[in-house]
Amino acid sequence: MKLKSSFASIALGAALIAGGVIALVDSPSAAPVPAPLLINAAGATFPYPIYSKWFTEYNRIHPDIQINYQSIGSGGGIRQLQAGTVDFGASDAPMTDEQLQQAKVPVLHFPTVLGAVVPTYNIEGVSQELNFTGEVLADIFLGKITKWNDAALASSNHGVNLPNTDIVVVHRSDGSGTSYVWTDYLSKVSKDWETKVGRNTSVNWPVGLGGKGNEGVSGLVKQTPGAIGYVELIYAVQNNLPYGQVKNSTGAFVKADLASVTAAAASESKKIPADFRVSITNAQGKAAYPVCSFTYLLIPSKIDDAAKKQAIKDFLHWMLTTGQNDAEGLSYAKLPKDVVSREMKAIGQIN
Amino acid sequence: MASAPTTVDQVRPRGRTWKFIKRLRGGDEVAHLITLLAAASIIVVTVMLVYQLYVNSALPRHKFGLSFFLGKTWDPVSGEFGALPFIFGTIVSSALALLVAVPLGVGAAIFLSELAPPRISNVTTFVIELLAAVPSVIYGLLGVFILVPVLRIVVMPFLKATLGFLPFFQGPIYGVSMLAGGLVLAIMIVPFIISVSREVLMAVPVEQREAALGLGATKWESTWQVVVPFARVGIMASIFLALARALGETMAVTMVIGNDPRVNASLFAPAYSIAAVIANEFTEATGDLYLEALIELGLVLFLLTILINGLARLVIIATTQKGAAQG
Repeated sequence: MKLKSSFASIALGAALIAGGVIALVDSPSAAPVPAPLLINAAGATFPYPIYSKWFTEYNRIHPDIQINYQSIGSGGGIRQLQAGTVDFGASDAPMTDEQLQQAKVPVLHFPTVLGAVVPTYNIEGVSQELNFTGEVLADIFLGKITKWNDAALASSNHGVNLPNTDIVVVHRSDGSGTSYVWTDYLSKVSKDWETKVGRNTSVNWPVGLGGKGNEGVSGLVKQTPGAIGYVELIYAVQNNLPYGQVKNSTGAFVKADLASVTAAAASESKKIPADFRVSITNAQGKAAYPVCSFTYLLIPSKIDDAAKKQAIKDFLHWMLTTGQNDAEGLSYAKLPKDVVSREMKAIGQIN
Repeated sequence: MASAPTTVDQVRPRGRTWKFIKRLRGGDEVAHLITLLAAASIIVVTVMLVYQLYVNSALPRHKFGLSFFLGKTWDPVSGEFGALPFIFGTIVSSALALLVAVPLGVGAAIFLSELAPPRISNVTTFVIELLAAVPSVIYGLLGVFILVPVLRIVVMPFLKATLGFLPFFQGPIYGVSMLAGGLVLAIMIVPFIISVSREVLMAVPVEQREAALGLGATKWESTWQVVVPFARVGIMASIFLALARALGETMAVTMVIGNDPRVNASLFAPAYSIAAVIANEFTEATGDLYLEALIELGLVLFLLTILINGLARLVIIATTQKGAAQG
């Protein structure tokens, strides 16, 4: 008896669930208000704060368009775009030629904002801002410079009493655009780095400890006497981390801030190719901070759904005009003017 | 249930269909089917998991073959992938965790089941079960903010000064290290060992204890020579459950182990584990070979778990037979 009744209740439960599913499937068509146009995007985590602000704000202005962005990482964004499971992607580093070939339709790159990476450190008894040259940074991360009072470091930091302590290198353990920008810069300033290590979202680090995320790196640096690591500028600013100036290609030591990052992009703007796929580390300008990069939206050049195509085009237009004003409030450097005007023209390539 | 189908059939023999419907009405067959489906789904999920891991790691399997297991370099830039440092880090950190957690966990379980007053035992057990439910990121944070600084400032310098002649306690002291990873894992798995071992010890029949005491054994002799051997298989099971958790733990380990893929004898040196590198690098892995190498690492972790579980079965079989022979 007991078994029979429990069987009956299972059957009843199954019927209820089935009914529920049918009701769920039915409900959208029965809804009186037309559902907003849903656009799916996925990719980089670094620009997520501003993207999420943009997409929310855009939805408020245009309630009929809802952009759903998942910050699953640049690698995931590129793969989902190639597979066609999202309407557009986002990445910190431009797609490689090989990746572009694997995409079903040609992909256009639209720079959105700029980010920078800064060296942060923890040296007992040193409160001054340190000056780093690219070569010194590369040698530290290669494990060639192992003491804080090394002559190469001392020569660009006159008047700072650098101690005779070991340098502990801290890098990101998770794959990230931050690591890409950092290793891309080191590859440009040091032949040794380029041949031994190279540039990527993760590399085979010659020395050091790995911390997960900006918070992991800065946590290790804060805790470990003599440590040096690299974090995103935004993260360093928001958490009041000490960070050093880096010598740019004109020989000036520049502190990273929103102006010096935008200046780097502006000074390179003539060299930016038509598809915007460019590395702007080690930029030529006098005021340019050398370790920075664009972050991109990756838009398919052919979008079949006419409504979606128009919505994405309109959003890009808004992002390049009104949207840019949101950038600095969230500590992202905005695009230089001529990059904006070139991107405006590029919107026309979306069919 | 009361009217067993067999007796009904004997009384009134009919065709096969009728027999089946009869059994169906009894509910036996339905229950059989439902539980069978439940059991089969586990097998299906496991097979599908391994199949997917296998299929999606074709590139590195063909490129590196068996040398994947022995390669020491993990270089996403040049596309050279070897799993040895990760296998090493996973096994050593888990072994270290067991080394610390087993005496602690079994000791605590013995106290709670045999010696502690019931009220203290119940309260403590409640707290331990709470500990087992704490998310691993919390253990990681405790590791980062408390364990690692204590290790760096107190424990490691002490070990270096006293046992520094051993290769395990040499080299620069960073705090984050294989040792820190193993200790965090130990803290995480102790609740499992205590909780399960205590249940098993409590399940030992009272007669066993009374018989031992009746023969003139002391309380400790009865516990150590009668109760614990009786519960040995269950205690082993708790240890292997804990080991399985340690092998697959990701978050807490990656926060304190230093994430450096190198094989190093010193426990002071940073290391890396399989689960940690997959979680760290998967999202930004660009390029097929890189991604598939990470998937192959998943396969390796799976194989490692199967291997260790197999060994565990062997150990249990061997010790039970030994126990039977003694008895």
